Amino acid sequence: MIKSRQDMITLQERYGQALQRAKARLVVCAGPGCVASGSLQVYEALVRELKKRNLHTTVDCLLEEEGEKDGVIAVNSGCQGLCQLGPLVRVEPEGILYTKVKADGDDVSEIVDAVEAKTVVTHLCYHEPSTHAVLQKEQEIPFYKNQTRVALANCGIVDPEDIRSYMQRGGYQGLANALELTPEEVIEMILQANLRGRGGGGFPAGRKWAIAGAQEADQKYMICNGDEGDPGAFMDRSIMEGDPHSVIEGMLIAGYAIGANEGYIYVRAEYPLAVQRLRQTIADATAYGLLGDNILGTGFSFRIRVKEGAGAFVCGEESALIASIEGERGMARPKPPFPAVSGLWGMPTVINNVETLANVGQILLKGVDWFRSIGTEDSPGTKTFALTGEVENTGLIEVPMGQTLEDIVYTIGGGIRDGRQLKGVQIGGPSGGCLTESHMGITVDFDSLKKVGAMMGSGGMVVMNENTCVVEVARFFMNFIQNESCGKCTFCREGTLQMLQILQRIVDGHGQVEDLDLLIELGETVQLGSLCGLGKSAPNPVLSTLANFRDEYLAHVVDKRCPSGVCRNLRRLVISEEKCRSCWLCVKVCPVNAISGSRKEPYKINQEKCIKCDACLSVCKFGAIEEEY
Amino acid sequence: MNTTVLGTETLETDFDPDFFSAVLAETGTSTAALVPILQAVQEKYRHLSEEAITHVAAALGLSTATVYGVATFYAQFSLEPKGKYVIKVCDGTACHVRGSIPVYDALRKRVNLEDGRSTTENRMYTVETVACLGACVLAPVITINDQVYGHVTADAINIIIDTLEQEGSQHD
Repeated sequence: MIKSRQDMITLQERYGQALQRAKARLVVCAGPGCVASGSLQVYEALVRELKKRNLHTTVDCLLEEEGEKDGVIAVNSGCQGLCQLGPLVRVEPEGILYTKVKADGDDVSEIVDAVEAKTVVTHLCYHEPSTHAVLQKEQEIPFYKNQTRVALANCGIVDPEDIRSYMQRGGYQGLANALELTPEEVIEMILQANLRGRGGGGFPAGRKWAIAGAQEADQKYMICNGDEGDPGAFMDRSIMEGDPHSVIEGMLIAGYAIGANEGYIYVRAEYPLAVQRLRQTIADATAYGLLGDNILGTGFSFRIRVKEGAGAFVCGEESALIASIEGERGMARPKPPFPAVSGLWGMPTVINNVETLANVGQILLKGVDWFRSIGTEDSPGTKTFALTGEVENTGLIEVPMGQTLEDIVYTIGGGIRDGRQLKGVQIGGPSGGCLTESHMGITVDFDSLKKVGAMMGSGGMVVMNENTCVVEVARFFMNFIQNESCGKCTFCREGTLQMLQILQRIVDGHGQVEDLDLLIELGETVQLGSLCGLGKSAPNPVLSTLANFRDEYLAHVVDKRCPSGVCRNLRRLVISEEKCRSCWLCVKVCPVNAISGSRKEPYKINQEKCIKCDACLSVCKFGAIEEEY
Repeated sequence: MNTTVLGTETLETDFDPDFFSAVLAETGTSTAALVPILQAVQEKYRHLSEEAITHVAAALGLSTATVYGVATFYAQFSLEPKGKYVIKVCDGTACHVRGSIPVYDALRKRVNLEDGRSTTENRMYTVETVACLGACVLAPVITINDQVYGHVTADAINIIIDTLEQEGSQHD
């Protein structure tokens, strides 16, 4: 039970001393990427090996026995970031990172050997692809070296299932600091820090708090938005699973600042582990007296409930999320009134995104000046991104605002996979835009992204190479939005359907040049005629690809070609003169009599007649039917 | 309890009042409890039957139309029974650009799904796409009853389904 700041510091020191008494701490990544690559088996194998050698210990053993410096701790952590090279095992305190560790074979015993002998298993270390240099320590690897971690400060380091591990890293001391201030002073700090909403919009969190704080009401609510639905994004998932206490601490501070004593965490149904872990985290924090009544003896009370979403992207929008918690269809409501004035059950409600809240505890712990020293003047702090697609190093990253796109893709991401060419970077998912090679120099922050027609979004960053067809990607996003539109606003409901049908027509090879202008006109209308952010941003992927890749659209509608070789209806089937043996099989199977020729000359396909049914392709024994894009 | 035998897979059909009271005791009967109640019913019966929707509406004092409206709004709820194995093919951006659709097509073909249906005749498999599972580095990804499979290819589908079918026959 933690009753005062002193209790926290005592626990922090004792836990820290216990860790120091261990010979080493092996941190096995249990983020979604590593788990799927077998990290849980690696963890079990490590524990087995340590037990076999009588080396295994736990923090609890070390806390109880004030004995000699001995034993090795093995723990699971949340996402360590470099998912591409998982399963990852980090050896502390040295910070040595082992990649692609296998549970069977010698990897595990070699790691334990090295821990005992204070050496390093070099063949499991990161190998710099260009120079082949062996980089032993995590902080030497370019992927990590160029990051700054604030929201992810503890993710991949703490044991997410042990509240003491979070407190050893200074956890809940930000809360203790906040409770020594007045609510107004806490709001002023967040305003001064200019913490902007990490869910995509970039609205200053402090302004929301100030509005809600100023309302007179019997009841106020603090909601954490964990409905991370953008395809290609998993930052919030990583925080909720890897450092769940940071979310709870942020909510506590926000609740105190605005005068709420009830909170909800709204989590997507597709994240069952996050739901389970948050429930456990709430139970642990309650058991330690950090949730419930009279927190730290200050008289402040706060309770949190987890609400599972039921599968609707639009519920990431504030007013739809509120409708969903109230038990209704998750449809957006007109604003104003804004939730901070009239939200959940008509009461003042602040909704902050998971990552925003993970920053709050850090700001209260380390101060406004520290926070503002990171990032840019108008966008202080950092932003996490899920870097995926065709880059060498995919994974979870956090960079200071204002870093260039080039740094992110080439330095941290390690460039385009397989030596291919970069074609575009899709930022912000279905609400964002597609940037090109020419945008590589722009800085990544809320305002400069908006200027080039993209948007920060929640932080999905999908890198595409020349084999990706941007027209098809635009169709893909429009299909997603069409499915997820709640149907309230006519322009979002019907307009996106029309846009989808036009895009479908284009990838099917029936597009016309006029379609491009029609798409722009429709897109602008949908932006104007929709209530919520989903509709307002729905046309962004189409409009930005039309602006940046017009040639590719023209190739589809004028030349009926797909330069990336993706749109199957735009290919031509041709017969190779060299390979054709004039065996007549293709002529026989062609349902539309498009193939002509005789025994003496190679066959030919009449493109006018061909319906691209692939019948000839599947029967030709000589591989003479070729696809041309 | 009555069960209907459907191929090798059985499905509870009777609406169990004891189960329903236990759910209500947990969630309460305010309107805010509607989604959690439907989630509990969906989990047990793998769909929301007309009977279930009527019971839920009566317990919460809502019209059946309101409950039906909520049930059809969210992707998690299904009015048709889902299969024993619910296979979700992630079609998020990262999975899409790395070939989720060929995987989806291969799955449908392997479990013999007819066009326009998402659950097999014998109620063994439901195959659906999902916007993003948040495991983009493993793209393309599928989940089978929440177990994650990463870097899935059309060929790997056969191995995965073979394993499921072997497990299934061992239980019989």
